[in-house]
Amino acid sequence: MADRSAAEVARAVNARETSAVETLEAAYARIAERDGAIGAYLALTQDLARARAERVDAAVREGKRLPLAGVPLAVKDNMCLEGTPTTCASKILDGWIAPYTATAVQRLIDAGAVPLGKTNLDEFAMGSSCENSALGKTANPWDRSRVPGGSSGGSVAAVAAGEATLALGSDTGGSIREPAAFCGVVGFKPTYGRVSRYGLIAFASSLDQIGPIAQTVEDAALAYDLMAGKDPLDATTVDREVEPAAAGLRDDLRGVRVGIVKEFGLDKLEPDVRACYEQAYDDLRKLGAEFVEVGLPTADYGVATYYLIAPAECSSNLARFDGMRYGLRVEGPDVGATYEATRAAGFGDEVKRRILIGTYALSSGYYDAYYVRAQKARTLIAADFAKAFEACDVIACPAAASPAFAFNAKADPVSMYLMDYYTIPMSLAGLPSLSVPCGYVTPAGSDKPLPLGLELSAPLFAERALLGIAHAYERGTGHARAKQIPTLADAVSAR
Amino acid sequence: MSDIDVAYVAKLARLALTPAEIERFGAQLGALLEHVGALAELPTADVAATAQVIAQSNVTREDLAVPSLDRETVLAQAPSREGPYFRVPRIIGEEA
Amino acid sequence: MSPMDGAYTRASTMDAAPRVTVAATAYEVVMGIECHVELKTQTKMFCGCLNAFGAEPNTNVCPICLGLPGALPVPNRAAIELLVKAGLAFGAEVPAFSKFDRKNYFYPDMPKDYQISQYDMPLTVGGIVHFWRDDGSRGSCRLTRIHLEEDTGKSSHAGSRDGRIAGSTYSLVDFNRAGVPLMECVSEPDIRSREDAVAYLEALKRTFVALGVSDVKMEEGSLRCDVNLSLRPYGQTEYGTKTEIKNMNSFNSVARAIESEIARQTSILESGGRVVQETRGWDEAAGATHPMRSKEQAHDYRYFPDPDLTPVEFAPSDVARLRQALGALPDAHLERLIVMDKLRVEQARQIVDGPGLFEYYAAAAGISGKPQATVNFLLGDLSRLANETDTPVFSSGVTPEALAELVGLSDAQTINSKTAKDLIARIWVEGGSPGAIVAAEGLGQLSDAGAIDAVVSEVLAGNAKTVDDYRAGKTKVMGFLVGQVMKASGGKANPTLAEARLRERLDAPR
Repeated sequence: MADRSAAEVARAVNARETSAVETLEAAYARIAERDGAIGAYLALTQDLARARAERVDAAVREGKRLPLAGVPLAVKDNMCLEGTPTTCASKILDGWIAPYTATAVQRLIDAGAVPLGKTNLDEFAMGSSCENSALGKTANPWDRSRVPGGSSGGSVAAVAAGEATLALGSDTGGSIREPAAFCGVVGFKPTYGRVSRYGLIAFASSLDQIGPIAQTVEDAALAYDLMAGKDPLDATTVDREVEPAAAGLRDDLRGVRVGIVKEFGLDKLEPDVRACYEQAYDDLRKLGAEFVEVGLPTADYGVATYYLIAPAECSSNLARFDGMRYGLRVEGPDVGATYEATRAAGFGDEVKRRILIGTYALSSGYYDAYYVRAQKARTLIAADFAKAFEACDVIACPAAASPAFAFNAKADPVSMYLMDYYTIPMSLAGLPSLSVPCGYVTPAGSDKPLPLGLELSAPLFAERALLGIAHAYERGTGHARAKQIPTLADAVSAR
Repeated sequence: MSDIDVAYVAKLARLALTPAEIERFGAQLGALLEHVGALAELPTADVAATAQVIAQSNVTREDLAVPSLDRETVLAQAPSREGPYFRVPRIIGEEA
Repeated sequence: MSPMDGAYTRASTMDAAPRVTVAATAYEVVMGIECHVELKTQTKMFCGCLNAFGAEPNTNVCPICLGLPGALPVPNRAAIELLVKAGLAFGAEVPAFSKFDRKNYFYPDMPKDYQISQYDMPLTVGGIVHFWRDDGSRGSCRLTRIHLEEDTGKSSHAGSRDGRIAGSTYSLVDFNRAGVPLMECVSEPDIRSREDAVAYLEALKRTFVALGVSDVKMEEGSLRCDVNLSLRPYGQTEYGTKTEIKNMNSFNSVARAIESEIARQTSILESGGRVVQETRGWDEAAGATHPMRSKEQAHDYRYFPDPDLTPVEFAPSDVARLRQALGALPDAHLERLIVMDKLRVEQARQIVDGPGLFEYYAAAAGISGKPQATVNFLLGDLSRLANETDTPVFSSGVTPEALAELVGLSDAQTINSKTAKDLIARIWVEGGSPGAIVAAEGLGQLSDAGAIDAVVSEVLAGNAKTVDDYRAGKTKVMGFLVGQVMKASGGKANPTLAEARLRERLDAPR
């Protein structure tokens, strides 16, 4: 039962073949069995989950049908859930209880989803490996000596290890897609403005977007359809009709033009990784897609652009963590000293680095040279995509240049930042983009296969087309559920 | 360009840093600034800046009241409180 | 230019201090004023918490105005429109595109440690504020801009003398005010005298109140103003070094602070010193400004467009709609009263500033055609009754028509002032037509010479001692005798006529 898709769980609960409570207990049993080795969760919300599950069962008994009836849901711990600790995996928020619930989370709960707990992340969603969490370590379920990716590492690991049926992640520069690729699950970032950010603790407001992490494209579409749409509490959500993506899932790619980005040539990749992506492109072709080469001449500047804009916004967004109204306070002799001591003790190195670079990029004398120039580069990058999409319906490329890497492999910040090379440009352009499993490589000297993800990106608001195409690819190849994770038995025994 | 004055920036950002941290962050940020320096190669002179990627305007709300939070819920989270107030340490500068 | 330019006086109405007049100095005063005005909306700028003064501490707060993690702002449309109306009232331009920026600095009563404000693209640009001086001349001050921002919470300082920040050991913060919509109205350095500064502020206040933009209550902090002040030798074009004066809590204290700062800067310059550019706080009790210790933090606000908010765009049709909604403005009313109706500036101000008084006045004076007589009743007996009964004039029994009738009766000397006063008090409560009452009750003034003579004879006969006194040279007893005539006539005698007849009789050679 724990390995069923969300659509299957909801169907079974609505049909009263099983109950939400039963499903929940099975999910918690799975977590108890495996999470000691995986570390996906920072906190479990048993009381809330049981109350919700009972309400779902009661509603179903009354004849209601809920689209996510009883679906066990993992929530990244940068989203508020009323009455539960919400930490952003940071010491500065350790112990803070959210007094309200994020809109996206609420919409899934209203649809019958049952929140199991809060998952680990890189502190304030800043990172690509989940190693920047101040509150826990999450392992990649495929090989526990490797990172799950980040920043939504906990949510992705939970779905991959069968510790959640569905999860929510947030993606600022790749934080859903890169970990989804590393853990062999589907991770989807909608168009900027499609899903409310209200209750998502901001990292970079002009880039942050909540999205689903699932075992299947169908589940991602189901969750997206429920979350998407205008929220009066988020001025940046778009008041534009959401075409139900779950109704647009398709099984072939006839008539679909797939763009391959000239600048993203596969020759930079390791041979086995390259072979895997070449196979993926071949599979797309076999399903009926036509291929066109498109140019993104400014894509190489994506990482540089991103590492000015995102830190600039973060330096302002994270100012509020000052020890005055909530969270950690390290008392000093006066307010100024208290701010400095609190923030020094409460934030980890990566957060500090980004606050510093962002403060610098906005400071007097540097604003035009850094921040404004990056905003202009962003314009060029978005324009490149707009032009590319004149020739194609979807762009295909790797979600990451390599499979999951070992813990502590990326000591140098810039090399870690480059992990998001393939995901950042789409974030800057606000595009809907997802990672779908596309095969496995087994590194030399290891017996553990590691998943790779194919990144598919579409024009603004073309979620329905994008998910439809990804669904056809997933159905046509079967990578998503091709393998039971071979090391999970060992994860159980490792407890 | 790697002329970043980490101590000054840290003061603006209200982060206490040790001399060792100033040195370490200085080197790391210098390397990043070298990387982002590549943006100078782009022809951005006549390009408009993008603050928001989805162009929208006039998204507002009606002037209608919504219930506020319960004061105890709010103050229960405060690191320090006194009666119905948040208590904060001594303020040195006046708001000028 | 006001006759006060280059000189300043401490008017005796300002305080009890001895009247001081300093002769014109060699320095011209240059002032610009920044006003922060809380907008009169139902709810806060970016959330649905109540915008209310005086609530229990920390009760009008929510995740948004407390800056809780994950909360997002959504702008209050009413606040944007109120501000634009305020600008339009002064002929400001409304740019087609405006945006919100974040002003980044740390302060314990600022929940997000940045303030949502507007940096380079305010909602309105330019405009001009006209005002009248007491002597009937007209002055003006250009506006630089008006922009929208959110207010901060309020700190009270504990452990120090009288709650001041200096010497306090900790502070207590109430966030009820955090997020209240605040418009910042920045003037050009056009103001040249203390009187003009106050007249400018009064003109702003009058307009904002009339438009319903704000209550403009300085004592509740819904208007706060900072005055930038510098001196320069007459004839010099460059500005001198300015100081910024803060913490005034009434127009009176603005005037006093300006006066004190002019004196301070004058004495520095006259002794060959240099004015230091700084922010100075006004200390009401000490009657002086003192340098404020600035935040130790450098002033690098790192403004950038707030990514949580969308730009504000105004189409010409939106602007036209708001301009249409302005209606008649107080300055136009003042101009009519002063220029057309020839009223004194002070009276004109009282009529325009009183609740509903202008409309009432306009209706009454329109019928009677006698502005000054109308104003005399309105600001005299009617305003007194309004105060005593806590009822606005327009809600009393005295309709504008009744007042016009009264003015007519009085002007035609049909009734005397005593009768007029009594009638007003009576009609205030009972309503009715003065003309009808006068006719029905025979209250018409006694202006018939024969009839008055009869009463005068009666009074002279009954007050022989007083008559003797008068004739012995104590002419001030005339008042008493006129009073006796009034009394004997049941208050109806024409007092002027009565006095003339008395004089004639008493002064006549016997």
